[in-house]
Amino acid sequence: MEFAIQAEGLRKAYGDHEALRGVDLAVEPGSVLGVLGPNGAGKTTIIRILSTLVEADAGYAKVAGLDVTQQPNAVRSRIGLTGQYAAVDERLTGRENLELIGTLHHLGRSEAKARAADLLDRLDLVESADKLSRTLSGGMRRRLDLAASLVADPVVIFLDEPTTGLDPVSRTVLWGMIREQVKRGVSVLLTTQYLDEADQLADRIAVVDSGQVIAEGSPDELKTKVGGERLHIRIAESADMPEIVGRISTATTATPLVAEDGCTVSIPVDTDFACVSTVAAALDGAPVEVREFAMRRPSLDDVFLALTKNSDEKERTVA
Amino acid sequence: MSAITTLNGSGELGNVKWTALSDCRALIGRHLRHLIRMPEKLVSATLMPMGFVVLFGLLFGSVISVSGGSYQEFIMAGIFTQVMMTCVPNTAIGTVEDLRNGLVDRFRSLPMNSAAVLVGRTAGDLALRAVTVLAMTAVGFAIGWRIETGFFAALGAYAVLLLFGFTMSWIGAVLGLVARSGEAAATMPSLLLMPLMFLSSAYIPTGGLPGWLQAIANWNPLSAVVNALRSLWGNPAATDASVFTVQYAVPLALGWMALILLVTVPVAVRRYRRAVAR
Repeated sequence: MEFAIQAEGLRKAYGDHEALRGVDLAVEPGSVLGVLGPNGAGKTTIIRILSTLVEADAGYAKVAGLDVTQQPNAVRSRIGLTGQYAAVDERLTGRENLELIGTLHHLGRSEAKARAADLLDRLDLVESADKLSRTLSGGMRRRLDLAASLVADPVVIFLDEPTTGLDPVSRTVLWGMIREQVKRGVSVLLTTQYLDEADQLADRIAVVDSGQVIAEGSPDELKTKVGGERLHIRIAESADMPEIVGRISTATTATPLVAEDGCTVSIPVDTDFACVSTVAAALDGAPVEVREFAMRRPSLDDVFLALTKNSDEKERTVA
Repeated sequence: MSAITTLNGSGELGNVKWTALSDCRALIGRHLRHLIRMPEKLVSATLMPMGFVVLFGLLFGSVISVSGGSYQEFIMAGIFTQVMMTCVPNTAIGTVEDLRNGLVDRFRSLPMNSAAVLVGRTAGDLALRAVTVLAMTAVGFAIGWRIETGFFAALGAYAVLLLFGFTMSWIGAVLGLVARSGEAAATMPSLLLMPLMFLSSAYIPTGGLPGWLQAIANWNPLSAVVNALRSLWGNPAATDASVFTVQYAVPLALGWMALILLVTVPVAVRRYRRAVAR
């Protein structure tokens, strides 16, 4: 099957700094790949290579079936890019911005106008269509930016941290717009620092750290990788923790793990659900204020912390 | 390679030149809109140069005299040229701005001609300078400057002047793409251009300078432009009309500008192709 995005062994160095150290990615048509990683992990470099802005030092990449270094212009006419900045011309109106992009896509004047009007309507930007973009709110600008990347009906869109710095409402609105594109069959590669964003939007997630993909899979697969469900117990005073840990140890053979805050302890449950009741019984009558007693699946935060911690350790043993 | 990179969206090779033209037109349109939206820029681009004309023409004119006419007539070509040099920081700052807010990333992700963004900016800045030149001409006439030649020679001088501004804009584009900071891009050129300005025939007749200084001043590219303007407008020359650099001022000026453009345009386009926002 032809992938919407396919990359193999991408490497890129800026001077001494190796931004990418061999990245493989594949995105199926009509799906969303979330590229998750901390600042400086190489997320933006991945997007820049795939969107033809930067050439990789090694490796190759195909977008919409076209080689990004051999046919950059053909790739450009099939993609939309929304960068980290709301890249709109501040001194043009929303409509003028979109018409300019349409003209530069060589759609022809009337087609460019028609697409601009249609996008302003679809992305709920009509009221601000004829205001200077400078006067728009951050959320509106991001929406306009997204609209700009959709002008030429791209088959693949790249979103580099699309909701960084947005308020929750604007974020939800933007997520809806991205989902709508996916429904239309568009393939999306999005980078994010927000695990919930990846969880919400992505069909598959690639966790990137120090220029490498350290894990790849569906959100569920990644969560399972880190471990199954855990029983979380949160208490009011960290001073009472030894008491709690002691009581848990009498009830189960699983190793309790105390979180950094000192007030939360968790135990792997996996399929041994009986331990929930034995732990509950063990805690019964303890002179401790228990605030929370709950089963939780690991969040992507847990996944991410676990994975990056591993790679840190590897790094140290290598060094 | 170029045949491949110019493949357009439909995968056909045709109309590459036409699309390049349409790209340039669209981006020049962008900058003309900017001009209309920034009345404060229009004001600063006209009032300050008009002030220069009054200041230099009237103040200096009362203490400096030149042979073959009034100082007002002599100085106008110099002030015009000096004002055109502000195209360097102007274009540099605009270029940095596009880099900073990510617009360059967006443009570079489009299937468009990669020089068009720079052409749009430099041509847009030229349009602003044309307004400046008009305003300065009006004030110049008011303080006693006259064009002593015919219509076409006068027009030729204006063409040289605007071409000079265009050339300066391309230097600004290179500086902006290299410096990547508005402040650096604005201060770097003035360090370079101020001495160049004073060591030219812009403000002073060069005939009275010591020999070696006279040689520098006469062969200074800025002098070539200033001398060309004076000769095309029939204004007093900076030194003896038989001096080579005065006699052949127009071809010299055009040659210098062609040379600068031949260097700056490819460098700027190359830099632009690699530039990405930070």
